[in-house]
Amino acid sequence: MEKLLDVENVSISFIQYTKGLNQRELKVITDLTLDISEGEILAVLGSSGSGKSLLAHAIFGILPENANLNGKIKYKGKELSQEDKEELRGNEIALIPQSVNFLDPLMKISDQAIGHTENDAEKKEKKIKQREIFEHYNLGPEVDEMYPFQLSGGMARRVLVSTALLSDPKLVVADEPTPGLDEKTVHETLNHFKHMKDNGVGVLLITHDIHAALEIADRIGIFYSGYVIEIAENKDFSGDGENLLHPYTKALYKALPANGFELTKGHQPLHGEIPKGCPYYDRCEMRFDRCRDERPELIDLGNKKVRCFKYEEGAEDGT
Amino acid sequence: MELKATNISFKYPTAKNYLLKDINLTLDNNKIMGLIGDSGSGKSTLCKILSGYVTNYEGAVTFDGKALPNKGFKSIQLIYQHPEKVMNPKWKMEQVLKESWDVPDDILNEFGIQKSWLTRFPQELSGGELQRFSVLRSLNPKTKFLIADEMTTMLDAITQVQILDSVLKVVKQRKMGFLLVSHDMDLVDTICDDKIYLKDINGV
Repeated sequence: MEKLLDVENVSISFIQYTKGLNQRELKVITDLTLDISEGEILAVLGSSGSGKSLLAHAIFGILPENANLNGKIKYKGKELSQEDKEELRGNEIALIPQSVNFLDPLMKISDQAIGHTENDAEKKEKKIKQREIFEHYNLGPEVDEMYPFQLSGGMARRVLVSTALLSDPKLVVADEPTPGLDEKTVHETLNHFKHMKDNGVGVLLITHDIHAALEIADRIGIFYSGYVIEIAENKDFSGDGENLLHPYTKALYKALPANGFELTKGHQPLHGEIPKGCPYYDRCEMRFDRCRDERPELIDLGNKKVRCFKYEEGAEDGT
Repeated sequence: MELKATNISFKYPTAKNYLLKDINLTLDNNKIMGLIGDSGSGKSTLCKILSGYVTNYEGAVTFDGKALPNKGFKSIQLIYQHPEKVMNPKWKMEQVLKESWDVPDDILNEFGIQKSWLTRFPQELSGGELQRFSVLRSLNPKTKFLIADEMTTMLDAITQVQILDSVLKVVKQRKMGFLLVSHDMDLVDTICDDKIYLKDINGV
């Protein structure tokens, strides 16, 4: 399978005014590394407010003016410039936004799904295609004439999914597609992603819902305090979590009500308070001395990756 | 203590059909109860009725035999899913807490609240941290009953355990009543002594 997207050491910071004309740089994403191939679903799992939606915005080149983006975002091996992103977005890469609030409230559904067209012939052609895809997702002709406020939650989700698929994208980025939906609709939405995967589309699922991630993702990237601390395979989230590598991922797995509801103390460092060394140092049970001042890199272990000195080659056990 | 709902029915003024019909429910402080229902089934409306925030319903809600007070401190407190919506955005966290009661340091510690968070505004904290404040604020010594409406749905699994663990400690210590409203069956099975399905008691 061909590699689609490579995100390497991406960091995003914002310039903020504190008092008067004093500025400070607030780092929200410190080090984000992940990759995604054709026909693969990769979930990025992080708590709400942790800044993971910024990843989607960075890929599409729609970060706000005061944001600083560092690191590389590569598509099919080629590093993307802002112009490339503008060229690719809506064509080969499509975004499924969080909610219908991203639609124009005064525009009919079918018109905005089709988007800009040069002439009538193109419009007709696109209209046929749009109808085909909408039909496939169980959206009847009456939906074409509706305005966004007339859609139910599940229908809205189907509209967003089918609109994203209109341009035959190779890569779909879904930003928090599940909150606010009832169980049946969540299941239905996740099935759409499985279906895309079967058609060879790469899906990047950005979510805080571990159940959703485990239901469909092939690999899961764990986002903690601005870092990707582990990329684990779905099958590792089983049994006692013994195949999970990072102590945070283990704790997260064991905290699920079905897996013991185990208590772990501590909290994620806030933006602006991120320590110099390992972000998990304060809470870690198996930390080394060096973890306090030295930041571990993401170690590549074939299909998995982990950001922890314990898994470095030649690392000794214990402290 | 006993929180009792008798023949509760509710419909929105513009709606044709009842959302809740003839609900009878008795809750006490001996058992931790779980209430389960699909989204849109009227769970939150029932919670608001039980805690006295929605008053245009038919039927009666009594707490220890008395009707719910319509002014003053509400001894039945309700915690929502979104803490950022229940706090004054222009108040610092210190003031948000103080509005309810003076929280002693040991309880702040128990809830994992850092001293430095007290001087921040709500928007400067994450959902998990805000929910700690929101819960703590509702744990005023005068509170007798706590209704948690999807309290931990937006939080990661670790924060969920932390908050529920701290709340349940206080609830048990003060012998308060606790109703957990959730769609997460595993969670209800883990912490509740008994569970109720809304569709079983709703006569719609």
